[in-house]
Parts: sequence; structure tokens; C-alpha cells
Amino acid sequence: MSTLQRDPSDQVQILDEDGNVLEGATVPDLDDDTLVDMYRNMMLARRFDQRAVSLQRQGRMGTYPPLSGQEGAQIGSIMALEEEDWMFPSYREHGAALIRGLPLKQTLLYWMGHEEGNRPPDDVNIFTASVPIATQVLHATGAAWASKLKGEKKAFICYFGDGATSEGDFHEGLNFAGVFDTPNVFFCNNNQWAISVPRERQTAAKTIAQKAVAYGFEGVQVDGMDPLAVYQVTKDAVDKAKDPQGELRPTLIEAVQYRFGAHTTADDPTVYRDDDEVERWKQKDPIPRLEKFLRSQGLLDDEKVEAIEQSIEDDVAEAIAEAEAVERPSPDEIFAHVFEEMPDRVRRQWEEFEQLRERYGDEQLLEE
Amino acid sequence: MSDTQNLTLVQAVRDGLKGEMERDDDVIVMGEDVGKNGGVFRATQGLWDQFGDDRVIDTPLAESGIVGSAIGMAAYGMKPVPEIQFMGFIYPAFDQIVSHAARLRTRSRGRYTCPMVVRAPYGGGIRAPEHHSESKEAFFAHEPGLKVVVPSTPYDTKGLLASAIRDPDPVIFLEPKLIYRAFREEVPDETYTVPLGEAATRREGTDVSVFTWGAMTRPTLKAADELSEEGIDVEVIDLRTLSPLDDDAIIESFKKTGRAAVVHEAPLTGGLGGEIAATIQEEALIYQEAPVKRITGFDTPFPLYALENYYLPQVARIKEGIKEAYEF
Repeated sequence: MSTLQRDPSDQVQILDEDGNVLEGATVPDLDDDTLVDMYRNMMLARRFDQRAVSLQRQGRMGTYPPLSGQEGAQIGSIMALEEEDWMFPSYREHGAALIRGLPLKQTLLYWMGHEEGNRPPDDVNIFTASVPIATQVLHATGAAWASKLKGEKKAFICYFGDGATSEGDFHEGLNFAGVFDTPNVFFCNNNQWAISVPRERQTAAKTIAQKAVAYGFEGVQVDGMDPLAVYQVTKDAVDKAKDPQGELRPTLIEAVQYRFGAHTTADDPTVYRDDDEVERWKQKDPIPRLEKFLRSQGLLDDEKVEAIEQSIEDDVAEAIAEAEAVERPSPDEIFAHVFEEMPDRVRRQWEEFEQLRERYGDEQLLEE
Repeated sequence: MSDTQNLTLVQAVRDGLKGEMERDDDVIVMGEDVGKNGGVFRATQGLWDQFGDDRVIDTPLAESGIVGSAIGMAAYGMKPVPEIQFMGFIYPAFDQIVSHAARLRTRSRGRYTCPMVVRAPYGGGIRAPEHHSESKEAFFAHEPGLKVVVPSTPYDTKGLLASAIRDPDPVIFLEPKLIYRAFREEVPDETYTVPLGEAATRREGTDVSVFTWGAMTRPTLKAADELSEEGIDVEVIDLRTLSPLDDDAIIESFKKTGRAAVVHEAPLTGGLGGEIAATIQEEALIYQEAPVKRITGFDTPFPLYALENYYLPQVARIKEGIKEAYEF
């Protein structure tokens, strides 16, 4: 039975906080290697995140939005997509983006201030990261709509946070999706805090999932720190988007979770939330939870965990080395890609700037 | 020799859309009331009958929704032409236009583009309610990554619209609704293009260059004709595209006359008139015989219709302004 046909407040869970399969729950039909991959991907996302925060603290990277705590939702959901499906991220889905095919080096480059980091490889179905809140919901709806008009069978997952559900674009996007029956999976990473404002200040509704009812399609709440439950719910939503069988194609998934760290490295969460709260949520940490389950299944042991830890350490170190080896982009990049054909005015500004560079040299022009 | 029809400007919009939709299956029209109703100004009349529900789409009433979903469609390979019913209602979509449509190519370093045309009737003079008469082209001309087009004749309308739809970048296409039905012009049945970024000289003259666009072109031409009887020979340039501006046309005309006025119905402060004046200063100061005179709407909200004709530059005010530049 699909996980979607239930009351939006009936939260889907498969693993309890200790990694045991809950009574009556069914483990998703994934082969052993895929389950271990899920664990490795989450570990990689966590380690990347820790290193990224550290790079920012050392002044080697600009402001960065951490993801720790949200690996279960990111990895569980993105692994439910097929290659032909599309991902529309917000600015925090570094883990999901990596699994979709955006190399870590690219993510690092973007937050190191290189535009090129936001260009996904040509053969990877991922849209560029959107920093304003909820605006990408409409882009995902429009793209899914176009795909449906072209007669394709693809699903479009769009990520956003709990704060985004207060924005007009969230409502307009879901409303359009319902009216035009588009193949969207709207995935809310409800991490409890929109910077310093709690989920209760975003909506008086009991759940975010129930908002789907108003748009005429299904909404489901899932334990966002249970990667198996997230995988199953997303898989069901992706399948329905492609083959609705009487239901409307879109689904709203509310993945209930927590960000362990700050909103961004420019934020201090101790101002607005208690340590107790953080500790309570850390008991639900998706990584040890999946690890315990996999150990109980005989799919992981100390040796394998150590090997995984070593390999992700190497992967992250390599990505950082590669990103830091990229030289500062040429100022030409400021003028490129504004229009397909550069207008005369822009060309003149570029030429004048190039003359200044010749006269003064980059060192003087970069002096603060 | 191709056949022509004698069309109004709004009929030329419709004819232009029809031609491009026949030419390219990816072109779709979307917006409020654009389908069965044919648009509140009838700009899309008959298109729904011809192209059906999937290409002429009545959307929910939500401007950001219309433009934002059109961005997704454009990025995914379609050519949406969303209509905003009145420019005064474009503000809910402003964020999607400037933060996303304009930046998608830049943000993705060319991987994704946004080839769409946002159409909006704009400007005053038709006794419309509040919020229906705004002329805020400067907001969009200020934004890198957008092109802003304003036709003033039926022939140009069809050709500029075709260019806008075929353009690989997002275009804001502003239709001066005051002249939607004010006059007719022979327009070829077949599709054709009028290039973006090129101004048109509507009247040649040697004494003062007057730069204008949209609905202000006609009173400006009338003012020029009347001034010629007083011995002032006015050149009238219809800019047609406000971004990118045709700097060459502006400078070339100014070098000939040494005097200039700009006529627009948008408010004075931050309007394109200031940009044109600054361009003249930077590029042709030594030819300058007089300050550039701006003849514009006021820095006030657009008034309700009892006073709108005072707000809009009319022939008398345009003549007065041009004379000021001439007599300085």
C-alpha cells in the first residue's frame, strides 16, 4: 500500500530512534548495496558539511548554510528519484545535489564565490540553487507542467523549508500544480526554524502536510530523520507523479526534522533556541539510526564503517583541494552570460574596465 | 508582394501571437482571461479556438504564479508568453521577473535560459480605475538581463513581438493601451520581424531632437508638426526598445541638432529621460547647445481619470518643452 493515503498528521516512520524497524512497518525494497550506499551518502554529506563550516571559520570560504541533521531527508528523498527525474533545490541541499550529480567541488566553488559552481553538468537533471525563499516552487511547477505538455513521464522534486510555506509563491506554485495536475513532488524540509522564527510562527495549521488538502492533492508527513521512511514516501510520490491512477499527480511531503547547526555561518542559534532542544533532536540523528539498522542486518561492521569513513574523508579532502586550486575567475565572467548577445552598452563597460585593468593591474583594482 | 490587413495595434498583437504560434509549437500564451474570453482587451481573441487548452492557458489569478511557472516552462524548452492584465498589477510578479527571469542565464552560466515574453498593457488615458494606468518601464530597464520593448504602431507591434518571442532572453513587452485602437495601419499577413534595440526616426528635423516611445509618440509628432509652422524643425525618434537603448540613434540625432527633449508619461525622477540626458552628456557634450528638457508625468501616483489628462504630457506641454530646449 502507498504511504500517501493517510491522514496528513499520521507521520510515516519505519525506524525508531534506535534503528529498530517499527512494528507493522515495511523496510523499502532496496538491495543491500543501495542501503549501504544510503549510509555512505549521508556520512559523506555530514563530513562535507563539517569541513565546509570549518573552511568558513578559517576564512577560506564565504557564508555557508549547514545541513547537519538533514541528511536523512536529503539522501532518503533524492535516492528515490530515477535518472530522468528532476531536482529543484533550495540553497541547503548540498547532500541531495551531490547524489543527483553536482560534484562537491562545484558546491564548494559556489560558496567560495565562483559563479561557475552553480552550473550543473549538462547531463545532470538539477536546476540551479535558488537563494530567495519559495521562488523555486514555481519554477519546478512550470518545468513539470512543460514536461507533461511534452508528453514525458518524469517527476520533479522541489525542496524548500518550513519558512517557505508562508510565502505567496509556495501557495501559487502548489495551486498551479493542483489545477494543471503537474508531476511535482513538493518536499518541505521542516527543520523547525526559519532562521530564528519557529515553525509555530509560520503557520497555525497543525501540520504543513495538511496544506495539500487545500490544493486538492495528497499531503503526507514523514519522520525526516528516518531515511528509510523518507525514501519510501518519496518513492511513492515519484511513482504517482508519473502514473497517477486516479489521484492528482502532485504530492506535498513534510519531512519533520531538525538542523543541528546554525541557519548559516553568519547566524548564532544560541540566541533563539535552547541546548536542551538541540540535544533532544540529536537523539533522532539519522546517521547512527541507519547505522544501527544496517549493523543489525549484518550489512555493516566496524571494519566497513571505518573503510567508509576513510573513503569519504578522502573524497571531501580531494574536493576541497580541487576547489581551492581554482584560480579567481577573470572579471570577464562578470560580463558573460547576461544576455546571449552582449549589448553595446555592456560591451563598452567591459572594454573600459579592461583598459583600467591594463593601466592599474589587478592588484590595485582589487585593493579594498 | 504579400497581402496585408488594415489593423489596429491590439489586432497586431493578436496577429503577431498567432503567427508565432503557427510557426513554433513551443510558443504558448498564458494568463488571466486569455483563453475563451480572448483577453480583457481582446489581444488573444480567437487563439484559444485555434490552438486549444494546452497552448492558450487560462491560469489562476496569480501574477507571481503566472510568471514564475512561465520561467520553469521556458527553462524547460518552451516559449511562454505570459500576459499580465495591466502593468499596475505586475508588482506581485516583480520578484520573479528581476530575481529569476533576468538572472537565470547568469546564475547557471548559460546552462539554463529564460526565453519568454511578459506582455502587459501599460500607460494611462483610457479612464481606467486605480492601478490600471502605470508606466513603470524604468523598473525593468534598470535590470540587467531583461529587454524592454514598447511599440507605437501596428506594423512595429507585430514585428517587434515576433522578434521578442524569437529572442533567446526574457523580454518585457509593454503595449500602450491608449493607442490599442486609436488608428489602423497596413500590416502584412505573413510573419516578419522588426529588430530589437533599434530606434525609428518618425520625423526628420534639424533644430531639436525629441526622444519618445509608446503612446507619447503621437502627441509628440503632432507637437512637432505644429512647431514646424512656427519655424522649429523637430526630429522625432521613437526609441521602440528601452533596453538595450539605441545609443547610436540618440547620439547621431543629437549631434545633428545639438538640442534635445525627452517625452514620457512615466514619472520624472528615475525615468528613462534621465538616462537619455546623461547619455547625451557623456557622449556628445561638445555638441550641446541647451539642457536636455524632460517632458514627463509628475512624481505623483497616477491620478484617477478626472485628472489623468493633466498628468499625461499633452501636445501643449510637449510644444512648450521643446520650445524651451530650442530657445535656450
